Amino acid sequence: MKKFCGKGVYGAIAIGRVSVFSRQGTNITQQKAEDPEQELKRLAAAKALASAQLAEIYEKACSEVGEENAQIFEIHMMMLEDEDHSERIETLIRTEQATAEYAVLTAGNEFSEMFASMDDDYMQARAADVKDISNRLISCLTGSSETGDAGSDMHILCADDLAPSETVSLDKSLVVAFVTAFGSSNSHTAILARNMDIPAVIGAGEEFLSAVKDGDMLIVDGHTGDLILDPDTETEQFYRARQEEDYCRAKSLSELKGRPNITKDGREIRIYANIGGPDGVDAALENDAGGIGLFRSEFLYLERSDCPTEEQQFDAYKDVLTRMEGRQVIIRTLDIGADKQIDYFGLKHEDNPALGLRAVRLSLTRPELFRTQLRALYRASVYGQLGIMFPMITSVSEVEKCLAACEEVKRELSAEGIAYSDSVEIGIMVETPAAAVISDLLAQIVDFFSIGTNDLTQYTLACDRQDPALEAFADPHHEAVLRLIELTAKNAHAHDTWVGICGELAADTSLTQTFLRMGIDELSVSAPFILPLREAVRSSTAY
Amino acid sequence: MKTFQYTIQDKVGIHARPAGLLAKLAKGFAGTKITITKGEKSVEVTKLMMLMGLGVKCGDTVTFTAEGPDEDAAAEAVMKFMSENL
Repeated sequence: MKKFCGKGVYGAIAIGRVSVFSRQGTNITQQKAEDPEQELKRLAAAKALASAQLAEIYEKACSEVGEENAQIFEIHMMMLEDEDHSERIETLIRTEQATAEYAVLTAGNEFSEMFASMDDDYMQARAADVKDISNRLISCLTGSSETGDAGSDMHILCADDLAPSETVSLDKSLVVAFVTAFGSSNSHTAILARNMDIPAVIGAGEEFLSAVKDGDMLIVDGHTGDLILDPDTETEQFYRARQEEDYCRAKSLSELKGRPNITKDGREIRIYANIGGPDGVDAALENDAGGIGLFRSEFLYLERSDCPTEEQQFDAYKDVLTRMEGRQVIIRTLDIGADKQIDYFGLKHEDNPALGLRAVRLSLTRPELFRTQLRALYRASVYGQLGIMFPMITSVSEVEKCLAACEEVKRELSAEGIAYSDSVEIGIMVETPAAAVISDLLAQIVDFFSIGTNDLTQYTLACDRQDPALEAFADPHHEAVLRLIELTAKNAHAHDTWVGICGELAADTSLTQTFLRMGIDELSVSAPFILPLREAVRSSTAY
Repeated sequence: MKTFQYTIQDKVGIHARPAGLLAKLAKGFAGTKITITKGEKSVEVTKLMMLMGLGVKCGDTVTFTAEGPDEDAAAEAVMKFMSENL
């Protein structure tokens, strides 16, 4: 038994087997294989294993997300059997004496390039499927095939850190907890864990990462950040009991479903959910969200080789609006840059990306990109109660440009005879100190504000939120941050603009009373925080 | 040899799922070679990745040929599949 400690970012306990996340392909080199026949045998075994894994995932996905969405795994199985692809791998092994891993990697790159170079968005996106299959085959060829199939069982994912694009491609239905060696509590992994309602410990250190290997037994305590590798029976029993307590707590919270978010002295507020895409809707509804307060549309742009088309975006927005059945859905326009980068945008390197060409700045410098997204949004608006929100606003003129772009799109749609809703609310993120300070001016031209506390804290306190070394300085309870929030709320209400908070701070129940007294109208949090927050609101007073 | 032409109605074209089903269907006619031609490029329908790589879009007209012992039945099955799915 060995103990490690990191920082718990989402409170729950997980007990399970470790799967170490490795970036396949990075350590595969072009070395000559001794015996091609041996490599072919390894390849055949890996293919059989990969095929079995896919069949299992397909079954699982069918029951979890429905056959329609599970079909991708069936396609993967067929691609795995594809003759040309298989022939190419075998040729590389026979004629170039490549190792099976190198042959799979090379063939995978060739085929995915074929798809990536096609002049069709849909087909370009298939490049990711080919890579996915190559990665699966390679992981079957290397480590994980020896220690059983950690890749297809429920597991605790351990990694150095995870990039947003990597978490998108993870088979999240199999992950019961995340542990990263680095990363801060604002990192994407932490946010993802909260969204998925599973425990996560970050900053566990390099020592931890080098101590764990695939298949090890691990206890993750998301409350305290404790990690117990290879626990003895007594310890395991202790944690199993704790897990049971958590379960009882969850049960008592679920009794709050259907109850209003109302304070003891009668003030009612709205509690909405933050989501990253259509697959977040289930968790939002499951936790009784009053609406979607933040749909991070940038996740539609990740894990692709080109921008999503108007049609693809329209489908995603329509899906969310339809399933929310008339409850408000606030979609934030593209917020790319800083910690979320996209290769195909071809953005030049920035020394300081948090202060760079990101979010609405990118939308305003690339009108076509912006127009496509706004068209998709307005076309989808007839399917529910849409709100459109612009990120990283610093000035009145930026908002005016956004509003002009909306008007132009509406004119276009009218001219084409395409319907859109007249009741779309327009709002902005208040996440720069500039926006908070001029919130009296901004409130006059928009319908709502949503305060992004993560960035507001970063910019107000001049602390890089990605840097764990600064965590001690980046105090989101800092008086300066709270005063900016209060100022924003006061100015909003003076102009009949409603104001919400969608940053991580919204879920901080030690501040719920403070926010209620400031007059905040809406709090938008990751789905698992909705009910705890409802509980906090119901035991607070607003006046 | 049986040959027929078909114009794609589906708005995404021959995308992954129908391509997969089509390849599966074609594999059922072992010994009969079924090819699809778009412009100057021809591929065997059984080859899923090449079939997808052809990039057949909505409005494209493609030519199917079936050659072998089951060519009549194969051509008919493919035609039926196309009109029902694409």
